[in-house]
Amino acid sequence: MTAALEAWRLSKTFGGGRRWFGRARAPVCAVREVSFRVAAGETLGIVGESGCGKTTLARMLAGLLPPSGGRITVDGKDPRAGAGAWGGLVQYVFQDPLGALNPRKTIRQIMHAPLRHLLGMEAPARAARIAELFDAVNLRREFLDRYPHEFSGGQAQRIGIARALAANPRIVVLDEPVSALDVSVQAQVLNLLADLQRAYHLTYLLISHDLAVVESVSDRVAVLYCGAIVELADAAEVFARARHPYTRLLADSAPVLGRKPAPAAAGELPDAPPRGCAFAARCSRAGDACRRRAPEPVCTRGENYVRCFHPVETPQ
Amino acid sequence: MRYVIRRLMAVVPVLLGLTVIVFSILAFLPGDPATAILGPYATPENVERLNRQLGLDKPPAQQYLIWLGNILQGDFGRSYSLNRPVLDEVLERFSATLILAGAALLLCTLWGILIGVRCAVGQYGWSDRLLTLTAVVGISVPSFWLGLLAILAFSVNLRWLPASGMFAVYGGGGAADLARHLILPALTLSVVATGVIARLTRSAMLEVLRQDFICAARARGVGERRVIYRHAFKAALVTIIPVIGVQAGFVLGGAVYVETVFQWPGVGRMLVQAISTRDIQLVQGGVVVVAASYVLLNLLADLAQHALDPKIKT
Repeated sequence: MTAALEAWRLSKTFGGGRRWFGRARAPVCAVREVSFRVAAGETLGIVGESGCGKTTLARMLAGLLPPSGGRITVDGKDPRAGAGAWGGLVQYVFQDPLGALNPRKTIRQIMHAPLRHLLGMEAPARAARIAELFDAVNLRREFLDRYPHEFSGGQAQRIGIARALAANPRIVVLDEPVSALDVSVQAQVLNLLADLQRAYHLTYLLISHDLAVVESVSDRVAVLYCGAIVELADAAEVFARARHPYTRLLADSAPVLGRKPAPAAAGELPDAPPRGCAFAARCSRAGDACRRRAPEPVCTRGENYVRCFHPVETPQ
Repeated sequence: MRYVIRRLMAVVPVLLGLTVIVFSILAFLPGDPATAILGPYATPENVERLNRQLGLDKPPAQQYLIWLGNILQGDFGRSYSLNRPVLDEVLERFSATLILAGAALLLCTLWGILIGVRCAVGQYGWSDRLLTLTAVVGISVPSFWLGLLAILAFSVNLRWLPASGMFAVYGGGGAADLARHLILPALTLSVVATGVIARLTRSAMLEVLRQDFICAARARGVGERRVIYRHAFKAALVTIIPVIGVQAGFVLGGAVYVETVFQWPGVGRMLVQAISTRDIQLVQGGVVVVAASYVLLNLLADLAQHALDPKIKT
């Protein structure tokens, strides 16, 4: 397997340090030692509840936030090498499609930026490329001279996608690309993303809290809890045959037509994870070992793993 | 364009209301101008005759309309203490104030924006803390006291700059002499407004820098300087411009203290003198001109804001 993107023990800590009069501030560990590999052309889904570090992880992968520890490699190389290279390798699609477009610039100006800054193209070449991109995302060329506020969420998100593709990236990080859209438009955008992936052989990192979206679009899924990956599994079986108790909790809490809603899980996401397994306080299977030390990843199949002392056994 | 016309129309009642306020405050002031002019030993007959000459025996509403009619024709009356037309005196003094306030406004806009942007870019860094603290101190310090300190330090002790006036008394004149006299009062006057503009620029910039389109611009390989000045600052400017407009008014008002401290021959010091000599025509003329220019500055700021963001209609 050739890894298009590899994260190795990637961490991000916010805060810390000291106040003026020497009182130490508690740092917030948003992402803790996350490691995974994504093959070229693969889609890795990242799920987790709000505040678990999804967006922090995504921004680090796109080079928008410097990690506090760990390493990111794209095609086996450090993406920081070379001028503006990171933006040319990894691009980012935002959750709020309208917020990600500068309200004071026309779509044409917005589309020119990546071509000029990342690829250094001349004006005529840029115009041709923009026309090509707009065709690819099914947008009319008349839109180019309008301002962002004139578009609906679905159109704006397609502009965002076209802009991300403009830099010719290998990898696209999709941070909740459809959660701000109407359900009818969600499917449209997801289908478009799938078409584009095939056409340009793209690698996707899809971040979402919508398990149905993740399950249907991804090849593999990483479940994030308290900034750490607790389970990495194939999309087909991650929810049907969850190994980690937290994955099972997520799967059971997703609303399914005709099923009674599962009882709400006790407890909230803790601010500072306690010693031991972060999930121990909310876990029905937790034993003494879980509260004493953090579980190491246990290989399940291939590169998939689960971090749990007492994984759920489900019949294969 | 319709907004511009509507906004211009809105200025008319404001200016009218302004003249009413100025007139009534001074009309109902205790103390009799005729007695002030004629001195404590005036006979009642003389006082009455002068009152009739000045039109002060008429009812206040009629007095107001006569006064307003004269103002509209550019006749602000005559200053009895200076024995010259009020308008000539006010315009001469007002140009001196404009030089001072304009220099101060230029300084506070430039420094306020530079400091604010610098703070926002390095939020919570040591330079941000130091500059924010300095801004708060600057806002809190009374300008007349700061002026006295500046005179003590730079004029009395160091002897670098003149302590008062607009030109040197002997052999003064010319732009260089004016500039030397302008430095201390303009700096003193600009301190408060610099602090206010810096703080507001900082928060406006932070507000914009948090937004996704800034992150998007960085992801698209736009250089950091360009992100800050071309993307973020341009968006923040919509909030900063009206603040500058309001500060322009405060600078104009604050000029009264600074002019008094530095003996700057501006309209503020003229007003202080006119009030103490009960030269009512001069006070009225001065206040109307200052207040009208305040209204016009706010109008300009609103129009500039509208030009930057047509969505704003206040």
